[in-house]
Amino acid sequence: MAELGAGSLLLGDPAFNYQEAELNERLKRLYPAVNEDETPLPRSWSPKDKYSYIGLSQNNLRVHYKGHGKNHKDAASVRATHPIPAACGIYYFEVKIVSKGLDFLSSLLPLSPIPGWDKHSYGYHGDDGHSFCSSGTGQPYGPTFTTGDVIGCCVNLINNTCFYTKNGISLGVAFTDLPPNLYPTVGLQTPGEIVDANFGQQPFVFDIEDYMSEWRAKIHGMIARFPIGERLGEWQAVLQNMVSTYLVHHGYCATATAFARATETLIQEDQTSIKNRQRIQKLVLAGRVGEAIEATQQLYPGLLEHNPNLLFMLKCRQFVEMVNGTDSEVRCFSIRSPKSQDSYPGSPSLSPRHGATNPNLHSAGADSPTCSNGVTPPNKNKSHNKYPGVSSASSSSSSSPSSVNYSESNSTDSTKSQPHSGTSNQEETRLGENDSEMEIEAEHYTNGVAENPSARIMNGTYKHQEILQAQDISLEDSCASRQLCGGNQAATERMIQFGRELQGLNEQLCREYGKNVTHKKMLQDAFSLLAYSDPWNCPVGQQLDPMQRENICSALNSAILESQNLPKQPPLMLALGQATECVQLMARVRSGSCSFARVDNFLH
Amino acid sequence: TKCVHLPPEVTATSRHYVDRLFDPDPQKVLQGVIDMKNAVIGNNKQKANLIVLGAVPRLLYLLQQGSSSSELRAECAVVLGSLAMGTENNIKSLVDCHIIPALLQGLLCPDLIFIEACLRCLRTVFISPVTPVQLLYTDPTVIPHLMSLLSRSQRTQEYITQIFSHCCKTPEHQTVLFNHGAIQNIAPLLISPSYKVRMQALKCFSVLAYENTQVSMTLVNVLVDEELLSQVFVRMMQRDQPIDMQLTAAKCLTYMCRAGAIRTDDSCIVLKTLPCLVRMCSKERLLEERVEGAETLAYLMEPDVELQRIASVTDHLVAMLADYFKYPSSVSAITDIKRVRHWTLLIEPSQQHTTLHTTLDHDLKHAHELRQAAFKLYASLGSNDEDIRKKITETENMMDRIVSGLSESSVKVRLAAVRCLHSLSRSVQQLRTSFHDHAVWKPLMKLLQNAPDEVLVMASSTLCNLLLEFSPSKEPILESGVIELLCSLTQSDSPALRVNGIWALMNMAFQADQKVKGEIVRALGTEQLFRLLSDPDSNVLMKTLGLLRNLLSTRPHIDQVMSSHGKQIMQAVTLILEGEHSIEVKEQTLCILANIADGNTAKELIMTNDDILQKIKYYMAHSNVKLQLAATFCISNLIWNEEDGSQERQDKLRELGFVDILHKLTQASDPNLCDRAKTAMQQYLA
Repeated sequence: MAELGAGSLLLGDPAFNYQEAELNERLKRLYPAVNEDETPLPRSWSPKDKYSYIGLSQNNLRVHYKGHGKNHKDAASVRATHPIPAACGIYYFEVKIVSKGLDFLSSLLPLSPIPGWDKHSYGYHGDDGHSFCSSGTGQPYGPTFTTGDVIGCCVNLINNTCFYTKNGISLGVAFTDLPPNLYPTVGLQTPGEIVDANFGQQPFVFDIEDYMSEWRAKIHGMIARFPIGERLGEWQAVLQNMVSTYLVHHGYCATATAFARATETLIQEDQTSIKNRQRIQKLVLAGRVGEAIEATQQLYPGLLEHNPNLLFMLKCRQFVEMVNGTDSEVRCFSIRSPKSQDSYPGSPSLSPRHGATNPNLHSAGADSPTCSNGVTPPNKNKSHNKYPGVSSASSSSSSSPSSVNYSESNSTDSTKSQPHSGTSNQEETRLGENDSEMEIEAEHYTNGVAENPSARIMNGTYKHQEILQAQDISLEDSCASRQLCGGNQAATERMIQFGRELQGLNEQLCREYGKNVTHKKMLQDAFSLLAYSDPWNCPVGQQLDPMQRENICSALNSAILESQNLPKQPPLMLALGQATECVQLMARVRSGSCSFARVDNFLH
Repeated sequence: TKCVHLPPEVTATSRHYVDRLFDPDPQKVLQGVIDMKNAVIGNNKQKANLIVLGAVPRLLYLLQQGSSSSELRAECAVVLGSLAMGTENNIKSLVDCHIIPALLQGLLCPDLIFIEACLRCLRTVFISPVTPVQLLYTDPTVIPHLMSLLSRSQRTQEYITQIFSHCCKTPEHQTVLFNHGAIQNIAPLLISPSYKVRMQALKCFSVLAYENTQVSMTLVNVLVDEELLSQVFVRMMQRDQPIDMQLTAAKCLTYMCRAGAIRTDDSCIVLKTLPCLVRMCSKERLLEERVEGAETLAYLMEPDVELQRIASVTDHLVAMLADYFKYPSSVSAITDIKRVRHWTLLIEPSQQHTTLHTTLDHDLKHAHELRQAAFKLYASLGSNDEDIRKKITETENMMDRIVSGLSESSVKVRLAAVRCLHSLSRSVQQLRTSFHDHAVWKPLMKLLQNAPDEVLVMASSTLCNLLLEFSPSKEPILESGVIELLCSLTQSDSPALRVNGIWALMNMAFQADQKVKGEIVRALGTEQLFRLLSDPDSNVLMKTLGLLRNLLSTRPHIDQVMSSHGKQIMQAVTLILEGEHSIEVKEQTLCILANIADGNTAKELIMTNDDILQKIKYYMAHSNVKLQLAATFCISNLIWNEEDGSQERQDKLRELGFVDILHKLTQASDPNLCDRAKTAMQQYLA
């Protein structure tokens, strides 16, 4: 009892907290595939699963023997709080012999006096260096060990073997065909014996990460060399189809067409439909939600009526964009001000990110594998400064994909080498008009150089540099003076009015479909923006981030696709999701290799 | 230039290619060279034909002509490189045509493409075993120029480092490369983005550091991108790195450690290099890797018992090595395929069938290589620790394997097997048990009959241990007529063999019966015995004195030997005591005198020899305690009371002033000497 008390006293110790943090960090690094909510990792000896001759201290890491130690009957053992999760792939812990003992060590299922002597238990004994596997008679295995030695035990859950280490040296495989659910265990038998466990609290003496790297390389090699045999041609077709459907899904029309041409495949959806979706997406991503709603209603009549939740989400977003000053309903009031027009030039180029299948990636904007849709505006890199969160996501794809897209918008120029064509401008056009007209109109305001007559006639020619400069200036301006609804009074009034309409829509939906907590929260958050003098720097300011447009954008896109009887998820994302699920399933069915076959290892 | 006679059908097309090299139009010559290039790729027959038809001198001429366009010169170098990719005969022909100086000269040209083509060809020529590496060092300006070319491109880096690592075969080569800044120039290449460059740079360091203290000491202090070189090597040994890289990095650290630049208890040796080398011995590795791994590991731990102990428990190494004897077997199929692939990297595709032809030979060679590597590693493992020796001899069929290894056809295997046996023979327990049980002396004796010197040295050294007095094999060996053999060894030109021969005789004479001793003296002959006493090798002299001492033990033997050879022995003793010899030699000689002084009749040989008595007196007052002790022991034997004539001897020695000296020695600070002197003085008092 005394030891347990000591353990809880130490909890407030800052050194202990530091150690705890270090432990968490190390465990996360060693066993990234382990979901500790499902399968917690062993972190200390269990005060419950031990013999009475065993005493625990120092946060249940130190074990001492307090029995008589006269014969084998006095042997006692303790096991860790949890069994070793299979998702570890390779699991390792060490024990330091503080004071010389006789026997000890290893992983076992039931609590037996000395590890290795009982059914399903395995041990390595210090007095004779023998290994014991489910019996009282040992096999010669390794050297003996004594005070000061650090003995480690590595369980390989991929091939179900185990080896021990002594002072950082691997002693070679001790057991094969190990059963699952083993616990780290120690057994002691003589008075005065003390051992300290290291489940990751400290750096290990043995370089386990090096050992893991070998297995990681092995498994990655296995995946890379997985034989596909005669299905080689079939695979290629499948892969091409996956790429193609992904491009189509996200409306990368030109890229998809180019890809289809190069691979001689067919696109299921017709061009106009893709372009329509693409335009709607652009509008949402540009923050012009009102126009997006309008376009959707026009092109897909009945769609939003059948999806009141989606409509409500869109309207909420529209309200947020009004605050932002990006929605056209407020922007029309400030059309002369060039600054507001392009205040979020970066966002239209961002594709929806790899959705819910990859929650880890979502949290870290900088690492997210968003890909450019190939319409990166020329001032792309400059705009990054404003939104560090999205910066690195698209920078890598600024030039090459755009040249593919180029051929679509301006086929006569496609052989020229200007990487940044007017393509980006074109994307922000209004809908329902003829393509060629739009191009010209687009020139007017998307570049923010409407006053410059030269911009109108040249579509990404040698004067380009000049345009870029003009844009830079306007961007800096807009940065400096970010105001509610673009700072326009009339726009603000329109916004307030829109807010009321939104409130009305919510009430209507409540009447029809009953209360909806999500809607209420959404509305609350949106309206909260008005409570702050600087909405961009307030607790709910996150909503104004252009990144927030992506979810609603992909929801709308999926809804449109569904209405056209097309898959609402691209097969690539399905495959990705399935692979991720598979790996998680492997962990549950105790296939250790899952730890080195993680999907995100293969996403770059 | 073309006066070679070949069947016309073989040469018809080939001749056409050569003829085009002589076209007056340079443009046509260029096209001719390009066509030739395309014709020879992968076609060994074509290569041989072109060489026979004299294409090489013409290509070299074009390559060296200043008037040739740089494109033509580069294409010539490419074709020559392709020709070099053929058989060893091709390389010989190229070297005979003085291709090396021509290509080295070409490196002075500023054109990088041409330089790279020349280097590529030089690389191919130099990595061939038929090319004399000395050709790289003939012109002293070559190495510095190559060093300067290292900065030009990744290709120059790859080819030059590969040339260096193949042409650095002697300490002189190491010094030349070292003096021209090889370390500073090559170290940055270890972090090159190109794997090939990193690998070749690493190989360079392994050959530079091998048994070279100067290089190794410099290497430990080198920083690569602010990281110590040893740490760079450690990173290269990480388990997810390619095996070749792990192994070569381990070699570098091994050589640095053996050269004394890294301590044997450094964690990069104990926790990284040693485990890495043990991994290389595992069944999963290719045969070559297992051989190199085992040999390098053996070399690493040879002088250090702690490393031997660690290795002996690492990953079941001792048991793992037993697998080395199970080749060829069905399991080796995979490694065979891989080996063929290895080869095809070096030679062009058309060579593959030739390689497969020789697979059988290779199997045999690999089996030999594996066995000798395992024996070497066992020898190293067991050289100091008794427990490890026990573990080795208890490995399945180990003694049988050694016994059969001793009579294998391959000298390399025989040598390694006898080294292993020698290492194990240092164990008293093994000599008493397994050595006797398996009658290892029989194949050992057979081995001694007819073997190269290096094998003889090891075998005779092992025999020395088998002849130790407690060894049960001693008797049967004696009966097998070994004395003649050992005596003949003492006449060898090799000092090591002479030492082992006389050493074995010395061991044999230890506590032997009169018959054996007599036989030794008879077989050796006094003449040879005395020749050995003036041997230039002090080890030989020491063991000969040891033999004399063993012959001169127990009183009857002393008297008998001295009665027949007394005069010569006394002469020899006098000579040694007068000569320039080490303390140990003189001590041993004085001990012989003490033994002689213990005889009944032999005593008189000393008592009647005033010269010797003066010498004894001199050594009693010597500054070295050991010599004083031995000399005092001798006097003590002479004046021993209970023997006949002791009174006269005591009187004579008193007259000669020995009592005064003894008296002084009773005050000596060394307690042994003091005791010995007191005991001697008591003889006078009694």
